[in-house]
Formats: sequence, C-alpha cells, structure tokens
Amino acid sequence: MTEPIRISPPFTDADVEKLHAGDKVLISGVIYTARDAAHKRLITLLEKGEKLPFDVKGQLIYYVGPTPPRPGQVIGSAGPTTSGRMDAYTPPLLDLGLKGTIGKGLRGKEVIESMKKNKAVYFAAVGGAAALISKCIKKAEVIAYDDLGTEAVRRLEVEDFPAIVVIDSTGRDLFAEGREKYRRAV
Amino acid sequence: MKTIFAGEIIENVKALCLSAAYNLEKDATDAIKAARAKEESPLGRDTLDQIITNISIARHESMPLCQDTGIAVFFVELGRDCRIDGSLEDAINEGVRQGYSEGYLRKSVCHPLTRKNTNDNTPAIIHVAVTSGDKLKIKIAPKGAGSENMSRLAMLKPAEGVEGVKKFVIDTISIAGGNPCPPIIVGVGIGGNFEKSAILSKKALLRPIGSVNPDNDLARLEDELLKAINALGIGPMGFGGTQTALAVHIESYPCHIASLPVAVNIQCHASRHKEVTF
Repeated sequence: MTEPIRISPPFTDADVEKLHAGDKVLISGVIYTARDAAHKRLITLLEKGEKLPFDVKGQLIYYVGPTPPRPGQVIGSAGPTTSGRMDAYTPPLLDLGLKGTIGKGLRGKEVIESMKKNKAVYFAAVGGAAALISKCIKKAEVIAYDDLGTEAVRRLEVEDFPAIVVIDSTGRDLFAEGREKYRRAV
Repeated sequence: MKTIFAGEIIENVKALCLSAAYNLEKDATDAIKAARAKEESPLGRDTLDQIITNISIARHESMPLCQDTGIAVFFVELGRDCRIDGSLEDAINEGVRQGYSEGYLRKSVCHPLTRKNTNDNTPAIIHVAVTSGDKLKIKIAPKGAGSENMSRLAMLKPAEGVEGVKKFVIDTISIAGGNPCPPIIVGVGIGGNFEKSAILSKKALLRPIGSVNPDNDLARLEDELLKAINALGIGPMGFGGTQTALAVHIESYPCHIASLPVAVNIQCHASRHKEVTF
C-alpha cells in the first residue's frame, strides 16, 4: 500500500483537486457531524433562507451517530453511517461550499454531479471500525440540536482519522473501479 | 415444573446486550481473519486489518464494536415445563432498557413516522417458540440498520425455480454494494409464505458462520451462491476485492403450490450474537 496523504480542512478547490479516488488519507483538524435528523433541519433552514448553525464553506461533514461517552471519554464509538440516506440533502450543502463528506457506502448520481460541479470529495471510513475511529477524536462538542442526542451536530477535533477517497472531484468512483478490477467470471 | 423469576431474566438480558456490543463471537472473528488471509486486494486487506484491530479494542476496553448497537432482536425458546414468574416480554424489555443505558450503548429505536426516539432502545423485537423440556433459552442478535436496510424479499413465480432464487440473491448483494459493511453474512429464507421467508432468512444468520446446511442440495446451493457473490468483486467495504461474503446460510420451509417466497437478510461483519440458557 502507498503511504496515506495527510490533510486538514478547511479545503480550497485546489486542495480537493489533488485528491484522487483510491487515495488513503489521514484527516486532522476540525470536522462536523450530522446525519439524517440534523440534515433535515439544516435543509429546512436553507429553504427558509436562514443561516446554518456553522459555516460549511471549505469544511467536511462526517455522517456519524456516536454511542454515548463513558465518564472521562471524549466520545463513544463513532464509525461512519450509510451516506446514501443523506443524498437528497447533500447538493444544497455542496452549493454552499461544503468541500467533502465522510461516510460509508454508495452515493447517488446527483450527488456525484454536484461534487464535480462544486469541486468536492467523498471519503469512506471503515464501517464498524467505531472503537478504533473513536481513538482519533480528541475533542467533541455539540454545537446544534442537542435535543437530537446521538444525531446532534458536533464539532470534532480529529487526529489522523483514517479514510479513503472514494469519489473524487472529477467523478472517479473507487466503488465502480475496485469492483471492476476484482470481478471474476463464475 | 421449573420456575424462572423475571429478575433473573432482566439481569441476564442486560448482560447479553453488553457482551454482544463489546465482544465479537469467535466464529465471526475467525471468519474475518480467514477472509484477511484470502483477500487479494491490498486496500481490502488494509480494511480487514482495521476491522480486526477494532474487534480487539472493543473487547479490551469494553467499547461498542460499532456505534450502531442495533435494534435488539431476540429469539426465545421456552420449554413447556418452564414457568416464568412475571412477564417474559416485560422482563426482556427491562433488560434491554438497563443494558443500553448502563452500558453506554446507542439508543436507536424511534417511532416510524414521527421519528421520535424512545430513548431506551425498547421495544425489542421478540420471537418466542415453545419447545419440549424445562429450559428457557434466550438468544440476542442486535441488528444495525446499515445491513438490515439492504435486505429484500420477493414473491417469485414457481416457474422461476432455483435459477430465479439465485438471481434474486445475487442481485440483492450486487445492489447493496458497500452499504451493508462487507464482508457480510447472507441469510436466505426460501419458502413458507411472506413473513415466514423473512423469519427464516434472519434465523439463517444465527447459525455459526460457515456451518453447512444438513440438506445436501441446500449445502451445494450455499456454496454456489458464496462463490458467485465473491466473484462480484465488491470486496471489504465495497472498495473492490475478493472477500464480499463470509458465508451464505439458507433455511427453507414448504410453501403454497402457487408461491416461491425468497427473503435475503444481510448481516454486516459485526455479526453480534449471544445466548443464555436457564
């Protein structure tokens, strides 16, 4: 395996263009969490023309609903959830300058088109590796929608968070390429 | 007649919830390690290494393996010479309530339409079968939504036969791609009726991973489907690779002359099962 690329948000178009489907990365710095219920609220705010609880420009959103922390822990187990459930909400956030999302599993065509248009990247983390990923999270703070519990929006400070570039800003898709490479005739 | 008190059930169910979340069973751990040895893709091997390290961290630090600690599904075998002092269902739900709260597990159960969380991970899904003898066996299989959401059921035409069944199973896994967190275990229920096929497909996931069906024809079909699924190239987490499924388990039941139900229940690599017998 090639060595992972170290990256830190916020990202510019030029930062994003350097990342290619299949690259291994280690993310350090600030990322934000949101999943189903939080996305629904974010998009409702946008539809009403109101301000989001954090500026998405240049940032990364991690799709995760962590387990509650034990006393003394920063956060509980915190692996990625299935990204496809957020597909309907993603293009408006990319239009506002969101530079990337982290989750697991497939993305729809509209998201990929919007990523190409807005120069954004989709990372996958390893689903189920939730205790391991928790170790990379050094600080966690709820910044919006506390009532949503695990689904609240959190600001995380991460160090060497391991992820893979699955879909890059040109629309290249590791899921399709990897599958083609290892497909066998039965 | 043996009597079991509700309090004993509550304590044991609580312990099962925690143990299932933190300690992956040996069959699942061994199967993942075997897949690591066979995987041809370097990125696939790297992914399986992360999964194996995660199993060890979870076990040693009593942390949930996966943040999706699931909806709690129970299969209960109640001997007819065993009497429960109290409500079996209430005791199981109380055990879940206490286990998910005290064990710092995620509460993932909500109203289907309002999406309001019940905040204690109840109600559990409880299947009870009455058996002979005086034993009470409670098996927990907490199930995350990532893999459950990619499961499917079809009422095939009898004319479609075994080829139709194979096509439906393989199509289901192909559509699922990386979403259900491969390497997966594929539970297939063939026959019965609409709901029976679904229950069979879930029960198939409770078998020890890689156990062979006692029916020779079904055993051959399991083998054939496993090879076909691993030839799809999906690989660990869908990044491409040769290890998409750890096993295919089939359960079957007679069905109506006009029906051929087939259900596919997908289990992620965090195949969490624990049981207790009273």
